[in-house]
Amino acid sequence: MGHFEKKSAKTSQDVPTSAMPDVVFMLLIFFMVTTVLREVTLQVKINFSRAENIEKITQKRLVSYIYVGPEKLSGNKLGETKIQIDDSIIEDVSAVQQLMYDKLKEEPKLIVSLRVHDETEFGIVTDIQQELREAGSLRINYSTKQER
Amino acid sequence: MFNDKKEREDPEVGGAGMADIAFLLLIFFLLVTTIDVDTGIGLQLPPAPQEDQKPPPIKTRNMMKILVNAQGMVLMGTGEPEPTPVPQVKQKIKEFVTNRGQNPNLSDSPDKAIVSIKTQRATPYNVYIDMLDEVMGAYRDLRNQAAQAQFGKTYDQLKDGSPEKGKVKDTYPKKISIAEPDQ
Repeated sequence: MGHFEKKSAKTSQDVPTSAMPDVVFMLLIFFMVTTVLREVTLQVKINFSRAENIEKITQKRLVSYIYVGPEKLSGNKLGETKIQIDDSIIEDVSAVQQLMYDKLKEEPKLIVSLRVHDETEFGIVTDIQQELREAGSLRINYSTKQER
Repeated sequence: MFNDKKEREDPEVGGAGMADIAFLLLIFFLLVTTIDVDTGIGLQLPPAPQEDQKPPPIKTRNMMKILVNAQGMVLMGTGEPEPTPVPQVKQKIKEFVTNRGQNPNLSDSPDKAIVSIKTQRATPYNVYIDMLDEVMGAYRDLRNQAAQAQFGKTYDQLKDGSPEKGKVKDTYPKKISIAEPDQ
């Protein structure tokens, strides 16, 4: 002790880069794990209708979906027209109001995207719209694909 | 220092390139992943009707009534609704909105023009969407025309929230109302 060697002369000036891939992979894995892909298993059949003058919904987190279509039964059979919200089939239309009201409280700028099978009769959509009006979630979007 | 290196070689595999590989993979997947964009026809529902509230009086000429009936026929008109093929809906809406008081049976001004849509319980959904598509198309064309005439750009090219876009929007406000369903 007492006198120090001049270290700078001997050690290399480079920052060690061997750990870089580990950092990058860690980032990659972190984002892969934290990204939640919200997928719902459709319990109703939906063929999207096509339209020309459509708009894109850019803010996906504002969107909540209501699926309407014939229920998928075992053996590729289709049942009656049902409403599905999130992962469950709603038997009673009047339940839509409470569900949507709760969602609206969480997200005041809620957009309700109606994904309706193209051969559905419009009556059930009218019922849903009435419920949505009661719930106060007035922004809706009829989900359609671009016409080709 | 230099003598050292010549005597024994570094046994490690060069790890610096690994970062590049990882980045390349990351960028490749970022580009390849297509997040499917939601598309659809947006609409604003009217608020729930109050108990003792009467609808405001609207002159019949300012209200284009469209009825899509159970047979999938589109009936439209300000007075007596007449059957209209779906591809003609767009033209009719345009005439109705841009009338500006000329034809006594059509709207006073684009500002007052209201499109009222009525359906029946057994109305097929795809006909309804086709009809709505036509109505949206009419407004889109009109707004594009106005934007092109005033600013030399299409409506979509104008920036969101810019005064220009607001002005075009106010010229042709999209007043689409969903009629109360019959009880």
